[in-house]
Amino acid sequence: MGKGIAITGMGVISAIGNNVEENYRSLVSNTIGITKISHIDTVHKNDIMVGEVSATNSELEAQLGLSPDSWSRTSLLAVIAAKEAIANAGIEDINAFKTGLISGTTVGGMDKSEQYFYEYFENDKTWHHINGLHAGDSTQKIATELGMEASFTTTISTACSSAANAIMLGARMIKSGRLDRVIVGGADCLSKFTINGFKTLMILSDTYNTPFDDDRKGLNLGESAAYLVLESDAVVAKENKKVLGYVKGYGNANDAFHQTASSDHGDGAVLAMKQALKVAGLSTDAVDYINAHGTATPNNDLSEGRAMVRVFDGKVPEFSSTKAFTGHTLATAGAIEAVYSVLALQNNVIYPNLNFKTPMQEFDLLPQTELKQKELQVVLSNSFGFGGNCTTLLFSKQA
Amino acid sequence: MTDLKLELKEKIIEQLNLEDVSITEIGDNDPLFGEGLGLDSIDALELIVMLDKDYGIKLADPKEGKKIFESVETMATYITSKKAN
Amino acid sequence: MTKRVYINSVGSVSAQKTFENDSFLDEITVHYDTTISVISPNYKDYIPPAAARRMAKGIKMSTVSSKTALDEAGLENVDAIIVGTGLGCIDDSEKFISAIIDNKEQFLTPTRFIQSSHNSVSGQIALGIGCKGYNYSYVHSAASFESCLIDAMMQIQLEEAKNILVGGVDELVAHHVDTHRLIDHIKKTPVESSKLLTSKTAGCVMAEGAHFFVLSEKKQASTYAELIGVRTYNTLSKEQLAQTVTEFLREHELNSDAIDLVVLGYNGDVNFDAYYDLLTQDMFLNTAQAYYKHLSGEYDTASGFGFWLASKVARTNTLPAAARLNQITTATPRTILLYNQYRGEYHSLVLLRQC
Repeated sequence: MGKGIAITGMGVISAIGNNVEENYRSLVSNTIGITKISHIDTVHKNDIMVGEVSATNSELEAQLGLSPDSWSRTSLLAVIAAKEAIANAGIEDINAFKTGLISGTTVGGMDKSEQYFYEYFENDKTWHHINGLHAGDSTQKIATELGMEASFTTTISTACSSAANAIMLGARMIKSGRLDRVIVGGADCLSKFTINGFKTLMILSDTYNTPFDDDRKGLNLGESAAYLVLESDAVVAKENKKVLGYVKGYGNANDAFHQTASSDHGDGAVLAMKQALKVAGLSTDAVDYINAHGTATPNNDLSEGRAMVRVFDGKVPEFSSTKAFTGHTLATAGAIEAVYSVLALQNNVIYPNLNFKTPMQEFDLLPQTELKQKELQVVLSNSFGFGGNCTTLLFSKQA
Repeated sequence: MTDLKLELKEKIIEQLNLEDVSITEIGDNDPLFGEGLGLDSIDALELIVMLDKDYGIKLADPKEGKKIFESVETMATYITSKKAN
Repeated sequence: MTKRVYINSVGSVSAQKTFENDSFLDEITVHYDTTISVISPNYKDYIPPAAARRMAKGIKMSTVSSKTALDEAGLENVDAIIVGTGLGCIDDSEKFISAIIDNKEQFLTPTRFIQSSHNSVSGQIALGIGCKGYNYSYVHSAASFESCLIDAMMQIQLEEAKNILVGGVDELVAHHVDTHRLIDHIKKTPVESSKLLTSKTAGCVMAEGAHFFVLSEKKQASTYAELIGVRTYNTLSKEQLAQTVTEFLREHELNSDAIDLVVLGYNGDVNFDAYYDLLTQDMFLNTAQAYYKHLSGEYDTASGFGFWLASKVARTNTLPAAARLNQITTATPRTILLYNQYRGEYHSLVLLRQC
């Protein structure tokens, strides 16, 4: 009998809102966050659209009481979302239980590193950013801000499945009894590094991304941070906690096909979904809604779609990608979509897959395109990344 | 045209880090991808940048590369036709 | 009953000649510098040219090291691959950034960006051996490698996997070195290996390396040691250290007298080595002591070299003279404790036992 992994707090900041409430309102009112880029001066600004968090660094710093240019934007977003999650979970003494922190990121402090790459050698006022490049830095900053001491903290970077993997590890650590409580999620800001990187792969759309559409042109990069508080049954009982939902299942597998692309038939994705269902002890018909990875690249949506058809034996439940709202927020995608999945369970809604017009030729899958009320018990969320990394999480109303 | 093909072979070897391949081993009509030289989709992206940087030819859709990069011969023909325009 | 976890093989590419498993620091390479590169194997002996052409150095080092470990364990594939790296293939990251700046975001190519993804090492190993199992990359500075160990132990104990490839890798790269020298994280003046701890200067001697191991649920002829426990701590004050070590040992029903050898992550940074002194001058004063960063240099996953050293000691009952920190010897280093930290953060305790 597996232990229940309760979700007791959530925090998120993204292009469609600065907290959980704002994000939810945007999702149910078709309010998208995709715009021209405004915070980064890039030569590609007329060729791409992005999902930016609206606040500037100065505004985020003011919110956190920091002096200007203190931290990478990744850390700013991370701490804001993590603090919301802690407050939402009603945690007053962070060190009261065996508490851990697991964060996913791909860029870390790359925004500052690229800004000061040469200036470091001329201006010592920039030196506090030198050690901010490594991916663990934003995690340690969250831990410090939350007052965590002598605790388990770690950082995962598996490209676009990073935060999903952070959630999976957190759930496993509670299940194994190593931790009583764990803050899991991820943070990634936009940077020239990722904009230009994805540009070289020629998978950036110059307009609004259109997941699972036959004429999809690629993804919109986004930025966000999202964290969830996971607690053991024992902590929930002892503290009489309100439970928002449960992490019911998880699976990670590797496509072992190509450095960046997914296999044509989604082998890794099939393995990850099957593994998650097995851990949860559920059959495919228990899944009420799939929050798909759905990045709107030609490769992902084909591979993921085929994988869904394979796993669900053609009977794919309602599915949608929320990337049309937020853009693809890389490491964080799995965490914000975990928050969205829990909100879907709480409110019994399926979010629309926006911008969809033409069904894909390769299969007859139609995403849910209108907001739909439906009694939900189990939501499946996919996150796939470079290096063939495929992760599936299952969220449920009941333990 | 022959000079261009030679130049392309040199560039392919350099750009794609094909240390153990010499110019003479790449025939004009040898397939570059799959069975032939064994290039893959990442190499195709590298070649697209080479077209842009060295010959001023921009490809908007990576799928266009498929025909163009079939062989050194097809690349040279494509570049020559673009330049003539 | 909880499954036991065995270290069934090792693989190392480091600043010493460690890439072949049949020797154990028989010859020591003395370094006199502020940075040290690895002693490279002939990569062509391990990696076909077509595969090597896009590989970053970190991937090459990891390919050799992981292949060595897989071969020694007699495995062609594993159930999971877990890699720790502080900075990933940072040479490619830095070249990509400089290309963005220098070329004003034009004419950029994808290869460096792809390699820059922190999980490129674990992904490429999976691709190389066709492993479709669990694949994680931990990027938590000096606790990256230990995060892998924790995850792997948990998988074996929860019976999620039988054989796991774990490793740590980091590259030595110019821009990273130059910038970290500015902030005194790297020494400004060279120091000879054997005088590292008496240099009394700030910063470390920075290096690189790749260490891989097969952890398994079953003991076999190639087994080096049993992995008993791993813990990491984001912070530890000097006042908390002894108590924390005592509690860690107690979790495993041990006390400090039960430790036959303690392996410490001294890196010669005058500002932070005091953590280790607290243990060597008190709790483990009468215990055999070893250190290794004068041999390996410092990097985020240098503790992988420490883990390699401890595994070798457990298997051979020999502590090479160059790694001895005090005069106390032990004929049978049955229980070995490793302690590491970096700049007062990312503390880790690892416990091995001969078997």
